[in-house]
Amino acid sequence: MGAVIRLYSHNWFIIVASFVAALAVTLFPLPAMLAPLRPDWVVLVLIYWIIALPHRVGVGTGWLAGLFQDAATGTLLGQQALGLTVVAWLVLLLHQRIRNYPIWQQAILILIFVALFRVLGAWVLGVSGRPTGFLYWMPAISSMLAWPFVFLMLRHIRRRYRVT
Amino acid sequence: MVFFLLLSVVIMTLDHRWHYLASVRSGLSLLIYPVQAAVDLVTAPLRSAGLAFSSRAALLDEIRGLRIHQELLDAQLQRMVTLEAENRRLRRLLHTSRETVEETRVAEIVAVDLDPFTRQIVINKGARDNVFPGQPLLDANGVMGQIVHVAPYSSTALLITDPSHAVPVQVNRNGLRAIAVGTGASNRLDLPFIPNNADIRIGDVLVTSGLGGRFPPGHPVATVTRIQNEPSRPYAWVEATPTAHLDGIREVLLVWTRPKHQKIRQVSPPTESTEEKWAP
Repeated sequence: MGAVIRLYSHNWFIIVASFVAALAVTLFPLPAMLAPLRPDWVVLVLIYWIIALPHRVGVGTGWLAGLFQDAATGTLLGQQALGLTVVAWLVLLLHQRIRNYPIWQQAILILIFVALFRVLGAWVLGVSGRPTGFLYWMPAISSMLAWPFVFLMLRHIRRRYRVT
Repeated sequence: MVFFLLLSVVIMTLDHRWHYLASVRSGLSLLIYPVQAAVDLVTAPLRSAGLAFSSRAALLDEIRGLRIHQELLDAQLQRMVTLEAENRRLRRLLHTSRETVEETRVAEIVAVDLDPFTRQIVINKGARDNVFPGQPLLDANGVMGQIVHVAPYSSTALLITDPSHAVPVQVNRNGLRAIAVGTGASNRLDLPFIPNNADIRIGDVLVTSGLGGRFPPGHPVATVTRIQNEPSRPYAWVEATPTAHLDGIREVLLVWTRPKHQKIRQVSPPTESTEEKWAP
């Protein structure tokens, strides 16, 4: 009984649920015009949880989330896992600074992180012989714009359900 | 961190070079399928909204049109039966062995967006329905692509427009062989290595030649839309548009092909009434 209470006391399943939701939104069909502008939801959710709970969510979580995203979106297994690992490591390194930034300044950092994630992806795509165009970089900007929304929503959820 | 980086690079190499990770991908896909199915379910009302709000008269019109179309097809099918028999007899006279039996089943596309830089789709049939990697995928108008990853209840197909995909084709008019390579654009295929003086014209229908051994011969793939002869280069610039509706179609056909003398492996009992069998 004690183990069960300990298992559920952190409300860790809220974190898993947020990743599943991010994956679902990533898969949600959009019109062909808008599809390339889709923010990298999983990256945003990962960055939020690392800033908020660096002792629970880290590089391993990022790698696993990336692996699932690879399987879900049909990219080479490990492509997005690689990007998310690097982003997770950087955010973990800087999380105490990022916490203290105002939200717009965080959004600028998000632009840099997502661009880095995309650079690593483009490298893998290039090695495996697939061209990337101008539209490939658009999610960096849309992710920046989506950050305040994601941040405020996840903070609300974290406080409401006392995820620690 | 270094460990996970190395792990990523190793599995990418394994996946890309040797395709060792089919079972890992299949397992991950099985875990993800509920998410995909949920997204599909949520978007279903959006898709059917058009149907719900169209008027009765329009629907009646559509039914009338479909009925006429069906009768036309039935009439053609009657001829098809005799032609097929005749074809078989002639082939036997010629002692050729290019005689195959095809079996098709209908699968539905799961409405999820994959990576926009690969042309792939997810369908709702998997290993449980005897889907196998490399299996051809058609729609009513032509070849769509082939299965690349199979999970128990779903599978992923690579479309013919993906830059890493190529189909062996021939011009239906004169049998000129070529290869149709995907470009990444949803409505364009390139035909490299066609000599400048080759007999190919705009409007020519390209059908599968069956040479790769993967696609059954004689299914339409694309129509030639642009030919540019450049005397300074060894090959002509030829573009074609796929005949299959690669965007925005819901039902696709999976094809099982076997030589005539082999027996068709019995697949699991049919669930759809739309299932067709072309076995003679």
